[in-house]
Amino acid sequence: MSKSRKMLSLPFLFWSALFILIPLCMVFYYGFTDKNGSFTLQNLFAIATPEHSKALWEAIKLSVVSTIICLLLAYPLAMILSNIRTAQKSFIILIFILPMWMNFLLRTLAWQTLLEKKGVINSVLSALHLPALNIINTPAAIILGMVYNFLPFMVLPIYNVLIKIDKNLIHAARDLGANGVKTFLHITLPLSISGVISGITMVFVPALTTFVISRLLGGNKILLIGNVIEQEFTVTGNWHLGSGLSIVLMLFIIFNMVLSVVTDKDGEANAI
Amino acid sequence: MIRTGLKRIYIGLIFLFLYAPIFTLIVLSFNASKTRAKWEGFSFKWYISLFENEAIIQALQNTLMIAFLSALIATVLGTMACISLQSMKRKTRAVLIGITNIPMLNAEIVTGISLMLLFISLGVTFGFTTILLAHITFNIPYVILSVMPRMKQLNPSTYEAALDLGASQLQAFFKVVFPDILPGIISGFFMAFTMSLDDFIITHFTKGPGIDTLSTKIYTEVRKGIKPEMYSLSTIIFVTVLVLMLLVNYTPKKK
Repeated sequence: MSKSRKMLSLPFLFWSALFILIPLCMVFYYGFTDKNGSFTLQNLFAIATPEHSKALWEAIKLSVVSTIICLLLAYPLAMILSNIRTAQKSFIILIFILPMWMNFLLRTLAWQTLLEKKGVINSVLSALHLPALNIINTPAAIILGMVYNFLPFMVLPIYNVLIKIDKNLIHAARDLGANGVKTFLHITLPLSISGVISGITMVFVPALTTFVISRLLGGNKILLIGNVIEQEFTVTGNWHLGSGLSIVLMLFIIFNMVLSVVTDKDGEANAI
Repeated sequence: MIRTGLKRIYIGLIFLFLYAPIFTLIVLSFNASKTRAKWEGFSFKWYISLFENEAIIQALQNTLMIAFLSALIATVLGTMACISLQSMKRKTRAVLIGITNIPMLNAEIVTGISLMLLFISLGVTFGFTTILLAHITFNIPYVILSVMPRMKQLNPSTYEAALDLGASQLQAFFKVVFPDILPGIISGFFMAFTMSLDDFIITHFTKGPGIDTLSTKIYTEVRKGIKPEMYSLSTIIFVTVLVLMLLVNYTPKKK
């Protein structure tokens, strides 16, 4: 029977090879060659030019800040949600998935309407006699867009790990005299670390590589590394340079992936 | 008491943050003005002109068709993969799952450009098919992710018992294994459908000039200004899904 069962994997193996592995090899092929097809490292070293390294540095800065904000917002939220006894897991997940049914570009654009100089938020603030918020077309608006779009990817893995923690462990710690802070630091936090790391990967990678959020909320003034690569492929048409820069970008992603695989061997912190 | 109050306020603020843009879009869909900058009174006119806007309806059809087909094919491929992965050695399985997970963990822009390079070198014409192939590829890991845990919970003896009692392999699968993993298959399908529907980046790199999904159409409209019909269409989609989800969640289960 195992032979016929193994046959079932053939279409999937074929698919993975053709649409995952070969395309990635092509990125490497283009990244390491020039227009004449001869080997070069120039496309990778291109990251060192001031224009490109500025875009990469900007992307790293904004994505690290967004990841930290996401973590700080998501952890307490996941803790509160995991302690609601009556809540069904499926319902909580639903609340975070539901916004995805409204197009991601439109939702991000809606922030323009909310953040504009005479936008919704500033009207509310001026009605309350508070100072106006002028962050549209600044890095702060991009960070807000990143946090808004990727927050669910931080909440769900942490929530999934927290609900699996045996409540008796926490009760035991409290019975043995640990206070709330101590219990959190010694029991809850270490047990949820796989969820935290999974959340960090799920937020950091899309934030680092985005070109859409920076374009919609940064007012075309702020170029991130994602924007540079996108331009190389769709406007300039220099696939070799675009691939080279992508390879550099992938070094960060691979580091992240390895980190999440090492800390989450059983895959228990998956987002679903 | 104060603590539960604070917790509620915190949850409330986060949900305000998550849903504020959605409310904004719903409000904009009823705005009589053509620009989103000012409010000129309540109107249904964008809901009426939506159905006369052939370009948007065409993009909607493409989006739904690609989401449905890619989710369906990914569900079949992913479920087959889960069945066969289960009978493999631990190491082989880990490597294969690792490979399928690449599109989920990798940056979407890299997946997008890598598929673009593949299609160019194969000489495939960019259009509906290339978008569909790309969507199937990034949907498969979501299916595996939701079917695999169900597969692991299965008791292999029930399947063997069915075989011992004279069932054929197919019978044993569809009568014993399939009902148990069905919830995973269904949630995998919906997950894949949602991911495909909301995708912009990978579609952006794998679409041809003549075809648009809702996402790519919105992106090209950004500079000229979004057509207000887009707001009414997304409001219709959102409210429909919300109602469906509430019905599924709050219908008393038959026992």
